[in-house]
Order: sequence, then structure tokens, then C-alpha cells
Amino acid sequence: MGWAIAIHGGAGDIPLSLPPEKRLPREAGLRRCLEVGIAALKARNHPLDVVELVVRELENHPNFNAGKGSVLTTSGTVEMEASIMDGKTMKCGAVSGVSTVVNAISLARLVMEKTPHIYLAFDGAEAFAREQGLETVEMSHFITPENIERLKQAQEADRVQIDYTQPIQKETPKDAAVADGDSQIGTVGCVAVDNEGNLATATSTGGLVNKMVGRIGDTPVIGAGTYANHLCAVSATGRGEAIIRGTVARDVAAVMEFKGISLKEAAAYVIDRVPPGTAGLITVSSTGEITMPFNTTGMFRACATEDGYSEIAIWDSPSK
Amino acid sequence: MGGWAIAVHGGAGVDPNLPKERQEEAKRLLTRCLDIGISALRSNLPAIDVVELVVRELETDPLFNSGRGSALTEKGTVEMEASIMDGPKRRCGAVSGLTTVKNPVSLARLVMDKTPHSYLAFAGAEEFARTQGVELVDNGYFITEDNVGMLKLAKEANSILFDYRVPTLGTCCIGVGAALESPIQMNGLPISVYAPETVGCVVVDKEGRCAAATSTGGLMNKMNGRIGDSPLIGSGTYACELVGVSCTGEGEAIIRSTLAREVAAVMEYKGLNLQEAVDNVIKYRLDEGKAGVIAVSKNGEVACGFNTTGMFRGCATEDGFREVGVW
Repeated sequence: MGWAIAIHGGAGDIPLSLPPEKRLPREAGLRRCLEVGIAALKARNHPLDVVELVVRELENHPNFNAGKGSVLTTSGTVEMEASIMDGKTMKCGAVSGVSTVVNAISLARLVMEKTPHIYLAFDGAEAFAREQGLETVEMSHFITPENIERLKQAQEADRVQIDYTQPIQKETPKDAAVADGDSQIGTVGCVAVDNEGNLATATSTGGLVNKMVGRIGDTPVIGAGTYANHLCAVSATGRGEAIIRGTVARDVAAVMEFKGISLKEAAAYVIDRVPPGTAGLITVSSTGEITMPFNTTGMFRACATEDGYSEIAIWDSPSK
Repeated sequence: MGGWAIAVHGGAGVDPNLPKERQEEAKRLLTRCLDIGISALRSNLPAIDVVELVVRELETDPLFNSGRGSALTEKGTVEMEASIMDGPKRRCGAVSGLTTVKNPVSLARLVMDKTPHSYLAFAGAEEFARTQGVELVDNGYFITEDNVGMLKLAKEANSILFDYRVPTLGTCCIGVGAALESPIQMNGLPISVYAPETVGCVVVDKEGRCAAATSTGGLMNKMNGRIGDSPLIGSGTYACELVGVSCTGEGEAIIRSTLAREVAAVMEYKGLNLQEAVDNVIKYRLDEGKAGVIAVSKNGEVACGFNTTGMFRGCATEDGFREVGVW
């Protein structure tokens, strides 16, 4: 058997023509974060610690949509969310509306371990972070020039749509793509299993470009963006509204259990049932299998197993 | 088989010592809500409109823990949440952290119908409410004397429970003393101070469309910012082509077991019928958690299940079945 780990940096309409200056830093980021995870597993850390550690690294990396580098709300602010789950105990923690906490995933973990609750949000989450002495900074720390530009483009695209369609809400398709295909990238995540079959998952995000202030996506919703039990650990990414409606993360495990099919078949089944172009996921099973299906153009991802296999990819690869 | 069906609940986990008068009051409210829903169904209102209508009624009445009459946060304020889901296309809407919106379920409906999102919370949700012109009131409107008293008891009970001190009856109020005599606890609170967490309604209309809605003030003495199961699609609320489900009870247990989705999943993937599905999830999916479920199927069936001491509920089907109960 042995340990296994998978990470993602978001699924979306990643153009095949993505220029090297955008592609290379992300590949390097995935490589480094994978190595951090591998080292932690080799040192026999518990998967829950491993996924938190790796997601912290992804949050700190400015080229992924989580922590520093989070996309912006329609007001130009940052509202981050994250969740974490332990497959064996099924304990979980989640946060939303976090604007000053450097590592939202660590706050989610503290909610899980230090409160009688599962999910804290906005002012309450921020207050708890301060009580716990977590590192907090000015919100500007998380904002990057690329994201300011993405927001600008998104708002211009909306403005054009508003000019041509009416009434606004009814005719604008809910899944309207934003001008810059690159801006559909959502979330980072990590799933891991050790050689005893202990599973864990963690997911973190800045959300959707130009989202309404207060909008919550799939990432902190247990069963939607994140889920783990004794069978598998799942982290999803893509269009939050579709992932929520499709209870994506929960369904992978449910389908495995209730239909008695493999991890790979279950994950493919679930991805098949969400609208094309809306989702991807990474998942590992208790027996060390990995699969990373997506129905978008691409998904930044990487994985490794104890027997030496490793992979970093963005678009379709033969070993998907 | 076929035809409409409706179920409503006012929360799972009832104090066995609840005075008879309160039980009767609850049954009257459940009956009234059931009648409102039935009348709407007979007028051919679609399921999604019926669940919203009925939950609005439950929110407006101060008896149960939603809207007016919501449980209080640790700071003595009210923060409400709700979700609604329309089975046919699995459209959904949810809200959390509301402090001035008179009917949270209606705001959840507006999120579903008028935004590109599924879930809005706190200041952003309140701002959206303002732009939509929904009825807004002071936070004080939602706070009842009953709940102010309950909060006090909950704080006393919590500090005693967490400090493992044996209370000296002289200094404790009678409520807490009585509370500690009853061994039943939910979410860490003695059942006598625990306010059952939510209200909900599930409906299938004559066309076989299912819908579900859930609304709550949350856990008594909760941390500010705490979100429970009620606004989480798949946990407190779920509806699809097959079924509409609303859950109530220990929020954290319901989330961990994605209870509402579970009912639909065992029907979909294991071929269980509605009652079997409800019984199965209550029995096998909750571990040590305590919760209750109401559900309707596209075939016009209705089912309830709970592993708590009691659940305020009512249900009815087009072929004449009708029941309102607490135990």
C-alpha cells in the first residue's frame, strides 16, 4: 500500500495557449508544494497535518486563488474561505469571510479543534482568529496586481452584458464565463492518505472573481467542496454553485460505497454529472489510489505515491 | 401513489418535561402551518412556493427557533440562517448571519432567483436584502423574553458542564438545577435549555415536483459567526427529482453526516424507498449524533424519522393521511 498525496491549484478554462510566464510559476509552485507534502508523509506526519501544511504553502503562493493571490469581490476586497476534514473521525472545520488571516486553512483547523462548532464566518471568524493568536495582516497583503486586473476585466464584461440583455438577472446565464478565461481558476486543495489508511482533505479559496460581497461558494461547505470518510478524501474545484448543487465531494464517497465501484469510476461518474466546464476534483482512497478527473479545459494538479510515481499536469494527460 | 404531500417540523429534541400547554401550543402552530400548505397545494401553487410560504409562517410565529423567537448568540443577539432548494433542477439558495431580515427563507429564495450565486452571508446578505426591498426590522424584534431567560440558563449550564463543578443548589437558579437532573443533552446543553434548532417544510406538488426549506436561529449561546447545518445544502436541506428533505437537531452531527443528501443518495443508489431511506440514515448515519428528518418523495409519499426525544412535526398527503405529533 503506502502513502499517497494529490494537490490541485484550481480547475477552469485554462487556455492551452497559457503563456510561459503564467504557466511556469504555477508548475513550480505545484512541484514545491508536492515536495513539502511528500516530505511530511515520509516523516510519518498524520495526513491531517500534511494537508494543512500543503494548503498553507499553496495559500502563501501568490499565483493561486487562495490566501495571497485570492481573487477579489465586486468591491475589490478579499473574502477567503476554507475547510478541512479528517476521514477517520469525520471531524471537520470551515471558515468563510476571512479577510486578514494569513492562513484560512489553519483557522478552519482551529474551529474544528478548539470550538464546539464546525463553521465560523466573517466577524465571528476574525474575532476567533485573534483570540487564538493566529497571524493576521492588512487585507492588502493578499491583493495582487493580476487580481486587480482580473476584477477590472470581469466588471467590464458584466457591464457589456448588462447593456445587451434585459432584465439583467433572468437573462444572464448563471454560468456566464468571464472575459479572461484564466480568471475562472478557483481554489487550492490537498488530499492525503498514510500507509495506515488514514485520510484527510483540505481546500482553500478566494472564491469567484467579482463575486457579490458575502458570497459563499462550495469550498467551506462540507459535502460540496470537501469531504472525507473511511473510504476516500476529496477536494473539488470549479464553479461553486454547480459543486454545491451536485454535492460533489460527498457523492464520490457515496457512489463508491453504494454502487460498490472503484475510486476512479466513482470520481468520473460524479464529474460526468455536473455541467461541462464547471468542475474538477482530486481524491485518494484508503488503499492509496489516486484520481484527478475534471470536465474543464484544465486543472492545475500534481500527485505522488510512495512507490515512486509522481505527476504534475495542467491539461489532459494519458495517466489521468 | 402520486398526488401532493407535505411535512413540516419545528425541531427535533424536545424536553420530556415540556409542559402540556406548550405541547398543545406547538401542535396548534404545526396544524395551522400544515393547513396553509395544504390550501396552497390545492390552489396548484408549485412546491417551491409552498415551502417558502409555510416556512415564512413558522418564522413569523415566535414559538419555534427561527425568525422571531430565534435562539440567541453568546452576545444575546440573533443571527439567522436558512436555505431552500427546488428539486427539478436542484436550484438552491441560502443565507447566514442575518440580523434584520424578517423572513430569512424569502431572502434565501431571492439569492436563488435573483443572483448568480447560491449562498450569501452576513453583511453581504444584509446589503442584498436592502437592494431587494425585503422587510427589515431591528434585531430586537426577533428576541423574546423566553429566549433571554434560556440564554442565561445555557450560560450557567455550559460553565458548570465545562468546569465539572458540582452546583450548590443555593446559588443556582431552579432552572439549572432541574436541568442537571435530566440526563438528556443535545449539543452539550441539557435538554431543558436546549432550544430545538430549526423549522422546516418539504413538499411535493401534484406534478411530482419536490422542494425543501429550512430556517433557524441556530444553537443557543452559539459563538457569533457560527454557521450550522440549516443553510448548508446537503446537510440541513436537499431536494432533487426524487425527494425533498429537511433536517433538524445537532447541527454538527448533521453536517458531518451530510444527512439531507444521504436520504436522497440511498434512494438513488441503493433503491430504498422513502421510509426505508429515512429510517436507514437515522439509524446508521448519525453515529452518536441526534437529529430528525422529514421528507417527501415525488410519488406523493411522506416520511419522518428521528433518534431524539421527540420532534415537533406534522404531515399530510392528498389521499387524506394526516398527523401532528411531538413524541
